[in-house]
Amino acid sequence: MFNSLSDRLTATFKNLRGKGRLSEADIDGTAREIRRALLDADVAVPVVRQFIAAVKERALGEDLSKALNPAQQVVKIVNEELVNILGGKTRNLEFAKTPPTVIMLAGLQGAGKTTLAGKLSKWLKDQGHTPLLVACDLQRPNAVTQLQVNGQRAGVPVFAPHPGVQSEHEEATGDPVKVALDGVAEAKQKLHDVVIIDTAGRLGVDEVLMTQARDIRNAVQADEVLFVIDAMIGQDAVTTAQAFNEGVNFTGVVLTKLDGDARGGAALSVASVTGKPVMFSSTGEGLKDFEVFHPDRMASRILDMGDVLTLIEQA
Amino acid sequence: VKTNNIFGKGLLSLLSTDDIDEDVWDEIEETLLLADLGTDASMELVDNLRDRVTIEGSKDPAAVKQMLREELIKLIDPTLDRSLDDDRLGTDPSVMMVVGVNGVGKTTTVGKLARVLVAEDKDVILGAADTFRAAAAEQLTTWGARIGVPTVRSDVEGADPASVAFDAVAAGVENEVDVVLVDTAGRLQNKAGLMDELGKIKRVIEKKAPVREVLLVIDATTGQNGLSQAKVFSEAVNVTGIVLTKLDGTAKGGIVVAIQRQLGVPVKLIGLGEGADDLAPFETEAFVEALLAE
Ligand SMILES: Nc1nc2c(ncn2[C@@H]2O[C@H](COP(=O)(O)OP(=O)(O)OP(=O)(O)O)[C@@H](O)[C@H]2O)c(=O)[nH]1
Ligand SMILES: Nc1nc2c(ncn2[C@@H]2O[C@H](COP(=O)(O)OP(=O)(O)OP(=O)(O)O)[C@@H](O)[C@H]2O)c(=O)[nH]1
Ligand SMILES: [Mg+2]
Ligand SMILES: [Mg+2]
Repeated sequence: MFNSLSDRLTATFKNLRGKGRLSEADIDGTAREIRRALLDADVAVPVVRQFIAAVKERALGEDLSKALNPAQQVVKIVNEELVNILGGKTRNLEFAKTPPTVIMLAGLQGAGKTTLAGKLSKWLKDQGHTPLLVACDLQRPNAVTQLQVNGQRAGVPVFAPHPGVQSEHEEATGDPVKVALDGVAEAKQKLHDVVIIDTAGRLGVDEVLMTQARDIRNAVQADEVLFVIDAMIGQDAVTTAQAFNEGVNFTGVVLTKLDGDARGGAALSVASVTGKPVMFSSTGEGLKDFEVFHPDRMASRILDMGDVLTLIEQA
Repeated sequence: VKTNNIFGKGLLSLLSTDDIDEDVWDEIEETLLLADLGTDASMELVDNLRDRVTIEGSKDPAAVKQMLREELIKLIDPTLDRSLDDDRLGTDPSVMMVVGVNGVGKTTTVGKLARVLVAEDKDVILGAADTFRAAAAEQLTTWGARIGVPTVRSDVEGADPASVAFDAVAAGVENEVDVVLVDTAGRLQNKAGLMDELGKIKRVIEKKAPVREVLLVIDATTGQNGLSQAKVFSEAVNVTGIVLTKLDGTAKGGIVVAIQRQLGVPVKLIGLGEGADDLAPFETEAFVEALLAE
C-alpha cells in the first residue's frame, strides 16, 4: 500500500524510466494514480472524471519535450491544467462606480461567513476604505452579537438594528431583507464606501432560505456575492455550489479553514463546475488570517504537488 | 426534507441491468465515492461485492442489491454500542464534552442534547468552555435559556477554558445534576497547541468528576479530512462517540463509515437541522437505507 501520491508516482516512474515514449497504457497507469490522489483530496467525482480525460487527451496529443521524460511530462500537464482551472479567472474585488460597493456573503451553516465579514472589513479598512458591516443573520443564536464583536475588533462599525435570536429574544423575528436595505441606506448617508452583508447559513436544498438570500441580493443590488465554502467539504461541494450558483448567482468564491490539513479539492470542484473564480483564502480564526487566493499554491496542495515537482527534478 | 440521492438512484438503476461488466463495477465504485466513503472503503466494498458475486454465482439484480446493503451494514457495524452513558454514578454527574473542528455544530448539538436529556427528566447544566470565539458563550447561554437549563460561563473574554469547565462540573456536583454538558471551542486537529489545551480541559475536569462521554461532532459535508479529525481528537481526548450533523442537507456523511472501520468509534447521534428538536439516535439500517434510497 502506498500512502501519498508521491509514493505511488515514484513506483509508476520506476516502471517508466528508460522509456523514450509514453504509450497509452503508461498514461493510463499514471492517470489511475492521479485519479486516486484527486479523490483522496476530495475533488468531486464528475470533476475528476472530466479532468483525467482532458489530461489524457493532452498527454497523448502533445509533442514530448526533450528535457522531460514522459512521466514527468504527464505530471507537468496535470499541474498546468489544475492551475488553469483554479486560476483561469482570478480577479480582484470590483468596486461600484458610485459607492457604496455592496458585498454579500452566502454559504452553508458554519462555513465561516461571519468571521470572514470581520476579516474582509479589516482588510478593506487597512486599504483606506470605510466599510460598514450589516448584520442580516437574525436566526442563528447570537449571530448579531458575534458580528458586533468582530466589527469591534476590526474597528469597523456594525449596522445591527435588530438583535436577532438572543437569550431575551429566543425566536427568530425581523426581516433580513429590510435590514440589508436599511444598511445600504445607512452607508449612503454616513458615506461608507463599502457595505459587507453577513447572512445566515443555509442549505442548498432549503428553498425558503435560498429565496430569502436571492431577495437580499436583488434588493441591495449586490456588486459582489461571495460564496463562502469550507475547505474540508467533500463530494457535496458540487451539489452545494450549484445550488448557491442558481440561488444567488454568486460572483466569487472564498475558501475557508485553509489553515487545516484538508487538501481542499473543493476549490477545484467549485471552480470547475461553476466557472466562478476563487478570490480569497481564509486561513485562521484571527482577523488577519486572510489572503488573496493563490492558484499555484492550491494546485500543489491538492495534489501534494510540492513533493511531486521535486520528484520531477529527481527523475 | 428532501435529500438528494445520487448514491441510491445511480446504484440501484445500475444493478437492475442483467449483466454486471467492468464498467458497471467502476460506476458502482464511483457512486460509493460520491457518498464520501473514500477510496479505501469504496474499493474494498466493491472488491467484497465482486468476490461474493463470483462465489455465489449470482447475477440476479435483487440479490446483488441485497448483498450491497449487507456489505454496507457490515462496514458500519450494527453491533456497536451507541447508547449514551448519561446517568449519575454515586455523587458524580455524567460529564460529557463536545469537541470538534470549527463550525461543525458543537454548540447547537449541546443545546439539542440538553433538550433530549431534559425531556427524559434529567437535570442538566451547560458549561461554556469556548471562551475564544466571538459570542460563543452568549450563543450557548441562549440555547440554555431556550431549553430552560443553566449555563456556567465566564464574563471575561479569553478566560481559561479549563477553569470554566471545572466550574461547570463543580456546579453540577454541588447541585446534584444528572448531566453536565461541556461545550468547547472549535479547533483544527493539526493545531497541536489547541489539541493540548483540549487534553488539559479534560484533565482539569477529571479532578472533580470523570468525563464519561467525549462526543466528536462531524459535519456531514466533511470529506476525507474527517478521518484525520477522528484520529487526532481520539488521541487527544479519547472520543467515545460521533455526532453526525447537518444530515438534513444533500451530503451523505459517508466518511463516518471509514471512521468506524478504522477507529471503531460509533456514531451515536445525528443532527437534522438547526432547531432544538433536530437530534436523533443513529440507526445503522436507516443510514444505509438513506444511502441507497431512490
Ligand atoms: N481555523 C479556522 N477557523 C475558521 C476560519 N474561518 C472561520 N473559522 C471558524 O469557524 C467557525 C464558524 O465560523 P463563522 O464565521 O461563525 O461561520 P458562519 O458561516 O458565519 O456560520 P453560520 O452563521 O452559523 O452559518 C468559527 O469557530 C470560526 O472561528 C478559518 O479560516 N480557519
Ligand atoms: N442544517 C443544519 N445546520 C446545523 C446543524 N447543526 C448545527 N447547524 C448550524 O451550523 C452552524 C454552526 O453551528 P454551531 O453549533 O455554532 O457550531 P460549532 O461547532 O459550535 O462552531 P464553533 O464553536 O464556531 O466551532 C449554525 O448556523 C447552526 O445553526 C444541523 O444538524 N443541520
Ligand atoms: Mg454567521
Ligand atoms: Mg460553538
